[in-house]
Amino acid sequence: MTDFVLKRMVALVLPFVQMLGLYVIFHGHLSPGGSFSGGIITGLSLIAFSLVFGLERGHEKISERLMGLIESFGALWYGAMGLVGVLRGTTFLMNKGAGVPLGEPGRLFSGGLILLITLGVGLKVASTMVTLFNALMEEEE
Amino acid sequence: MNPQVTDLLNIAFLGFLVVIAIAVSYVKDLLYAAILLGAYSVTIALVWLLMSAPDLAITEAAAGIGMTTLMIAVISKIGRKVE
Amino acid sequence: MANKVAIVLLVCIGMVVLLAISELPLYGSPDTPAQNYVAERYIQGALDDTGALNMVAAIVIDYRAYDTLIETTVLFTAIIAVFLVLKKGTEGKGEQK
Repeated sequence: MTDFVLKRMVALVLPFVQMLGLYVIFHGHLSPGGSFSGGIITGLSLIAFSLVFGLERGHEKISERLMGLIESFGALWYGAMGLVGVLRGTTFLMNKGAGVPLGEPGRLFSGGLILLITLGVGLKVASTMVTLFNALMEEEE
Repeated sequence: MNPQVTDLLNIAFLGFLVVIAIAVSYVKDLLYAAILLGAYSVTIALVWLLMSAPDLAITEAAAGIGMTTLMIAVISKIGRKVE
Repeated sequence: MANKVAIVLLVCIGMVVLLAISELPLYGSPDTPAQNYVAERYIQGALDDTGALNMVAAIVIDYRAYDTLIETTVLFTAIIAVFLVLKKGTEGKGEQK
C-alpha cells in the first residue's frame, strides 16, 4: 500500500498501540487484561506495520529467526518458572509456598512469579500472531 | 448502573448479535463476512463488560480484531468472491 | 422438502434450548451451584496467597497454572501445524527429480 495519509497515521498511532500492549502485559496482575490480550495487541501493532509498509520492512524490524527464538523461549520460560518451585523443595509451579517474595500488593513488582510468567506468555502470544500472519501472507513461488 | 438500563442494553446488544449472525449467512462477499465477525466480537465484548467481566471483554475484543485481520490477510490472497 | 425438514428440526432444537434456559438460575443470584465454598475460598484468600490484586490473574496463573501451561503448549502446537502445512523448508530444495 502506498497511501501517504495511511502511512503517516500508522506511524503516529503505532507507538501508542505498542505502549498499550506492553502496559496490559505488565499490569496483568493489577488491572484487567493479562498475557493473552496484551500479547495480541502487541502482535497486532507489528502486523499493522507489515500490512502498511510491506512485508520486507516488517522482516527488517524483526527477523523470522528472532520470532522463532521468542516462540520457543515463551514456552520454555513457563516451564523454567515452574521449576523454581521444584528447586525450592515443593511442587511444580508453586508460587507462595516456594518462598517467592510476594511484595506489597498494588505495586508493579508484586505477585511473585505471576509477573514473570505473564511476560513470557505475552511475548509468546505476540510472536504467535506475527508468525501466523507472516506464514499466511508469504508469497508462493 | 441502573438495573433497568442494563437490561435494556443487554437486550439491544443480544438482538444485534442475532442480526449479525443472520446477516453473515446472507452475505456473499468474504470480506464483508470477515468485517461482520469483527463487529460480532466487539458487540459481545460489550456484553461481557455489562456482566462486569472486563478481563474477558479485553481479550474478546483483541482476539476478535486479530482474527479479523488474519482473515482479511487471507482474503487478500484468495480473492473476495467464492462461489 | 429438505428445507422444511431443516426448519422443523431447527424449531425443535430451539424449543429444547429455551426449555433448558428457563431452568437456569437467575444471573448473579447468590444460590447458584457455582457460588460454592471454592469461590468463597478464592475471594477470601487470593490476595494473601498470591499478592495479585487482579483475582482473575491470580486464578489463571497461580491456582490454575497447569491449565495455562497447557494452553501455551496449544499455541505452540498450532504454530507447528501451520508451519507443516504452509511453510516450504529450505532443506532438500532442488533435489526433486
